Amino acid sequence: MNRAAEALDFSRRDLLKSGGAMIVGFSFAGAADAAPAAVARGDVAGPPDPNAIDTWIALRADSTATLYFGKCELGQGNTTGLLQIAGEELDLDMSQLSSVRLDTNVTPDQGATSSSSSIERGGPQVRAAAAEARLALLQRASARLGVQIGSLVINKGVVSIDGDPSRSVSYGELLGDKPFHVKFTGTAPRKPASGYRLVGTRVLRVDIPDKMSAKYTHMQHLRVAGMLHGRVVRPRGQRAYGTNPKVARIDENSIANIPGARVVRRGDFVGVVAEREWDAVKAARQLDIAWEKSLPLPDQAKLPDLIRTAKSTDTVVVNVGDPGKGFAQAAHIASATYFSPYQAHAAFGPNCAIADVKADGAQVYSSTQDVYASRVMLARLLGMPVGKVRVTYYEGSGTYGHSCYEDAPQAAAIMSQQVGRPVRVQFMRWDELGYDNYGPAQVAEVRAAIDGDGRIIAYTYNGWQHGWHINETSTELAMQTPAAERTAGSFSIIVNRMSTGSMYLIPNRRVVSHAIPMTGLLKGSPLRSPLDMALSFASEQTIDELAHAVNTDPLAFRLKNMGDTRWLGVLNAAANAAGWTPRPAASRLSDDEVASGRGIAVGTHHVSYGAAVAEIEVNKRTGTIVAKHLYGALDCGLTVNPALVENQIIGMMVQATSRMLKEEVTFDKTGVTSVDWVSYPVLRFAEHPNCTPVVVQRINEPSSGAGEEVMGAAGAAIANAFFDATGVRLRQYPLTPERVRAALAAGKTG
Amino acid sequence: MAGNLEIKVNGRMWPVSGGPDTPLLYVLTDEMQLHGPRFGCGLAQCGSCSVLADGVEIRSCITPVAAVADKSITTLEGLAAWHAERKGLSATPALHPLQQAFIDVQAPHCGYCYNGMTVKGAELLANNPKPSDGDIRQAMNGHLCRCGTYPRIQEAVALAARRMAGETP
Repeated sequence: MNRAAEALDFSRRDLLKSGGAMIVGFSFAGAADAAPAAVARGDVAGPPDPNAIDTWIALRADSTATLYFGKCELGQGNTTGLLQIAGEELDLDMSQLSSVRLDTNVTPDQGATSSSSSIERGGPQVRAAAAEARLALLQRASARLGVQIGSLVINKGVVSIDGDPSRSVSYGELLGDKPFHVKFTGTAPRKPASGYRLVGTRVLRVDIPDKMSAKYTHMQHLRVAGMLHGRVVRPRGQRAYGTNPKVARIDENSIANIPGARVVRRGDFVGVVAEREWDAVKAARQLDIAWEKSLPLPDQAKLPDLIRTAKSTDTVVVNVGDPGKGFAQAAHIASATYFSPYQAHAAFGPNCAIADVKADGAQVYSSTQDVYASRVMLARLLGMPVGKVRVTYYEGSGTYGHSCYEDAPQAAAIMSQQVGRPVRVQFMRWDELGYDNYGPAQVAEVRAAIDGDGRIIAYTYNGWQHGWHINETSTELAMQTPAAERTAGSFSIIVNRMSTGSMYLIPNRRVVSHAIPMTGLLKGSPLRSPLDMALSFASEQTIDELAHAVNTDPLAFRLKNMGDTRWLGVLNAAANAAGWTPRPAASRLSDDEVASGRGIAVGTHHVSYGAAVAEIEVNKRTGTIVAKHLYGALDCGLTVNPALVENQIIGMMVQATSRMLKEEVTFDKTGVTSVDWVSYPVLRFAEHPNCTPVVVQRINEPSSGAGEEVMGAAGAAIANAFFDATGVRLRQYPLTPERVRAALAAGKTG
Repeated sequence: MAGNLEIKVNGRMWPVSGGPDTPLLYVLTDEMQLHGPRFGCGLAQCGSCSVLADGVEIRSCITPVAAVADKSITTLEGLAAWHAERKGLSATPALHPLQQAFIDVQAPHCGYCYNGMTVKGAELLANNPKPSDGDIRQAMNGHLCRCGTYPRIQEAVALAARRMAGETP
């Protein structure tokens, strides 16, 4: 067979398994063999019973184990980390462990792979399940070998009598290819952290070899037999939220010259399908369609005022002491208004999905962060019982939150249901950037005061932003659902108490979240470290101003105002990595065209502790900021794999640099205008800072998130470094050359 | 329309069934079902679809297949063999040295941009065996990475250069 035929054959095998009992996981050994226990479960709609150990683990005759996780690989390496946790408790090596892709007929429901929760919340479940499996195996071995459990030791899946290795039995002999039939009680003893041999080590990522050798199947690579290629047809760039575009006129004959191309329409959802992908692309471009006028978007220059003055629903997030009294006693007050823009997830590979919708059920392949939630939405859209829809996960390109990964499968499902064949929908670049659910913009008013002794005595943070969307664009267009958004409750966005001064000892502190309506603005959703970059940008510049007011080194000022050893730990770790020497900010201003500066900041998302130092250069003539070197420290409790976390810290620092210096969704009255990499620029290769990641390991603390918590610190450190270089504060990001030049020309703070 | 146009990909001839205006990318991904080149923007702005045409990196998303009929196309899948042939190595390694370097420095996150990063990096190393840090930054500047893995790509290209200097036929 030639390579192409092999590829085709592989794809077909992949698919046959997908249709029946889908198990094509990346096993560490590279073998794509089916796990016996999963064959049966693949035929039944999940989620499988979380209270059964068999839901989580299957043992083979060769003493290897297949793990069933409900957290998906997004490129962060969580699969490797979760396998380490399972292998630790099971006393198996990495070479004996594999996992399967997420699938609503196969894998347990561990909730969405969001909020950096894989290790923090998913890890303890996996650890407990593996510990319970280990106990069950020890009990069987005890009976087989005729000794107490306490006399047994395990090495790589072989149980033997302590001190007499000749008397042993393997996992495979005890249970291979048979179910545990053990209830998951969560009571089995876990190993103490002091005994870890696999957790805490730098195990290599299991997914990287295939990704580097063109053997990996990203969602965008998947093909199924008999499928058509589909593309969505929408106005270029989303319009004001709440006013779905309506089709005014459509001329289906306008694509008659393209072989096999046809229009698929449901409500105001319009797509095209064709046998060949290029024909679908051409048909989407060529289709003669007109849309009714929508309500206008506001003038983007007036967005901050509009957000600040919108009618809001207010939540007091923190209310400690009496800030008014604190301000009355202040020796110095820092106070300013800040603005952070809409930013896009900007998935590097636009989302892609395949749907095969039949009268009696649907199979959907997508890159969703939550297969079970996706299934519910698809069932509603297709008018089917939830159990008739099966969702199978294939990794896409890094999504960093709720990009179009539900919109694409919904579009594919709508089209497949209408044409009666499987349809693969690949979003085009402008679909992904134009119909993203953006990280919302925020206006912040921050005010903080110190006493005569340089201690922070009062702090207030008021933030105005809208919430997150509920329905995907495809659903809104097809079902003509009214505008809906999350303004309250656990899925709404709120000013995060952790990122707004919680790291400092402040006796009087008040934080208020002002939720404004999304209608009339842009569609919002969680973008990596939701709001935290905005919060740290505003809050940590305020802290920096207080330090500057008393002519104090910004590191020393922060250390003096902190009490928590873990905050102190990351702050010192970042400073040490950077070789920080004490001096007040903006104490080395010069008339040189290129000025250098350094800044320090802290931040988090919910639980972990992040700190960063940034070294930058500012060209005062051109206004260009170059991030030269970033140092980031993260304390996420027990770090299961320091190498994974270091890679996350590097990624966070580069992405935060991009968002701080370059990224902003733009729009005119009609709709969003930032729809490609020219109109929505991100940090380019030549612009990347050197990065030094530092993991602060705390093996006796619970693991907490590691994918978001340095974003805020890194961005704010850059903003503080700008002040150090120029003596001027920037209150709005991205810190574009235009804004820099304008601020320097004004020659003042603000 | 099938049967008229053939292209050479990774040393083998492939009869193109799509029309001559079809971008090369869709022939590679849909007809040949290769997993190297992949769609990123369709605008030649990001580099995820890159392949080598007679050793020169091109964007397959905007290149009509007819335009490469007389060229030799190398995709990520064929990069190790292309490298071995250029260097006159006695055996084709399993991976191009840059692919191995990416694994060794644990560079990628999602890995989606690494098709382009590998193809472009391999082109650079073929033309400039001892690239400076600045050379690497400039050569790779047309390739975007959303995960922010640029620092480790930089490190891996430098590592591959050192290793390739030690290769013997």
